[in-house]
Amino acid sequence: MMQLTNRSMQVAKKELTFMERLYFPAIIKGMIITLSHLFKRKATIKYPDQVRELSAVYRGQHVLKRDEAGAERCTACGLCAVACPAEAITMESAERQKGEESLYREEKYAKIYEINMLRCIFCGLCEEACPKEAIFLTDRIVPSSFTRGEEVFGKDKLVEGIDLRVDVTKRQTEEVLSFKTDKKHYHNQTFLDKKK
Amino acid sequence: MTDSMLIYKIILCVIVFAVSLGAAAYMTWGERKLAAWLQDRVGPNRAGPLGLLQPIADGIKMIFKEEMIPTHSNRWLFILGPCFFMLCACMTGVVIPWGAGWEAGGTIFPMQVTDINIGLLYLLGVVSIGVYGVMIGGWASNNKYSLLGALRASSQMISYEVAMGLALIALVMMTGTLSLKEIVGQQDQGLAFVVYQPLGFIIFIICAFAETNRAPFDLPECESELVGGYHTEYSSMKLGFFLFAEYINMFISSAIMASLYFGGYNFPFQHELGLDGNVLTIVQTAVFFGKIFIFIFVFMWVRWTLPRFRYDQLMNLGWKVLLPLAIANIIITGFVMLFMGKLG
Repeated sequence: MMQLTNRSMQVAKKELTFMERLYFPAIIKGMIITLSHLFKRKATIKYPDQVRELSAVYRGQHVLKRDEAGAERCTACGLCAVACPAEAITMESAERQKGEESLYREEKYAKIYEINMLRCIFCGLCEEACPKEAIFLTDRIVPSSFTRGEEVFGKDKLVEGIDLRVDVTKRQTEEVLSFKTDKKHYHNQTFLDKKK
Repeated sequence: MTDSMLIYKIILCVIVFAVSLGAAAYMTWGERKLAAWLQDRVGPNRAGPLGLLQPIADGIKMIFKEEMIPTHSNRWLFILGPCFFMLCACMTGVVIPWGAGWEAGGTIFPMQVTDINIGLLYLLGVVSIGVYGVMIGGWASNNKYSLLGALRASSQMISYEVAMGLALIALVMMTGTLSLKEIVGQQDQGLAFVVYQPLGFIIFIICAFAETNRAPFDLPECESELVGGYHTEYSSMKLGFFLFAEYINMFISSAIMASLYFGGYNFPFQHELGLDGNVLTIVQTAVFFGKIFIFIFVFMWVRWTLPRFRYDQLMNLGWKVLLPLAIANIIITGFVMLFMGKLG
């Protein structure tokens, strides 16, 4: 049989020797092992006081981005909701009125945009599906709450502040952009492109 | 007994009671911390600095929890069980000499509540009565798990008390007294009795683990088989009493082991230090508590290292190993005393 580790030992059922039957050597051996752990480094991370280092592309709480002028990028196309395997995203669209051009970039916008953080599996497919570069996952950890209702995040929690921009440059790289726009990729080709 | 002595004894009683309770409370904290450290964790650290207020928080929680007495239980015995267990646990502290004694105004105030000449017998007696608390509690719960836990507790206590008593007989043969004060006094000069009675000490410490229901002999409250054992039906402070009394028992048995086999409050070269009587008493008491602390550490260390015994293994160890060894120890001690004169 293939060995998975080099720690496996051949087990044989044999009579115990007198020393083994005394148990004391084995007990002392075990106690020395536990005592050595007394001085080892603790594995615990004291979470609120001490934050674990996250990877650069960690997938945490979502953000709905604004463009450079401060208008919301989301156009409520619903592709993220379709892409979502956990069905965590719901939205309701509305038409942009005259004078709201500085608030919403496109003519249609999301009046309600909700992500249920209890359903979300943080796979990042919404981010991948978004054609408007509007939704991104960030390295922020979703805070815990006392009720389920609080875990359904609306636009108040998801849209970034105009002055409090959330940095997503780690995830919004050139490669990501080209992956989303380059016509070379099959998924970026429209019906007309494919016909050619 | 003079009035001043009477007042002193009452104060000492209260102090011994308070110290055993306080020690037991902080042993729960110590146990959780040590368990955490041995498992590479941090342990309680939220309540106060280093989690030192944790026992107080636990106590408050225990008191304010809903108290439930099952309708099918025997109400009075159900209440009596934990009270009795707690009472017996607290009663053992009185015969232990915590220090040599204070000298004030020409009289010596001993650091021992009472020095009865059958102190060792009294200890064994009170400890064996203690199991009635568990038995009454388990029986009165009218629950199969509780009853099995109580049965295990009582048969375990009976089995290990025999070996424990016989291990002590060898010690009593050497010292010729049952008074704890004298046994400790005989270790004032020379070596501690553990040097003369190593086998007796090993038997005694194993039996002490069994008597206090500590791992690896914690079968009466074996979670994996009996839910909570004898305290399955208990809640609130009555449960707290059971758990608390266990820690007091642990503290007292550490004190007994320290005084019988490790010289009690005596320490090497104590008379060469040239300390004044009362100062020496303080140092001696501190040393005694240091010894107790080490034993408590061993109790906890063993608990978080060894797995629980199976019930037949427990009985085999008690009757087929420890009992013959204890008898052999008596015979060896007798021969040595006969041929080499009195030991020590």
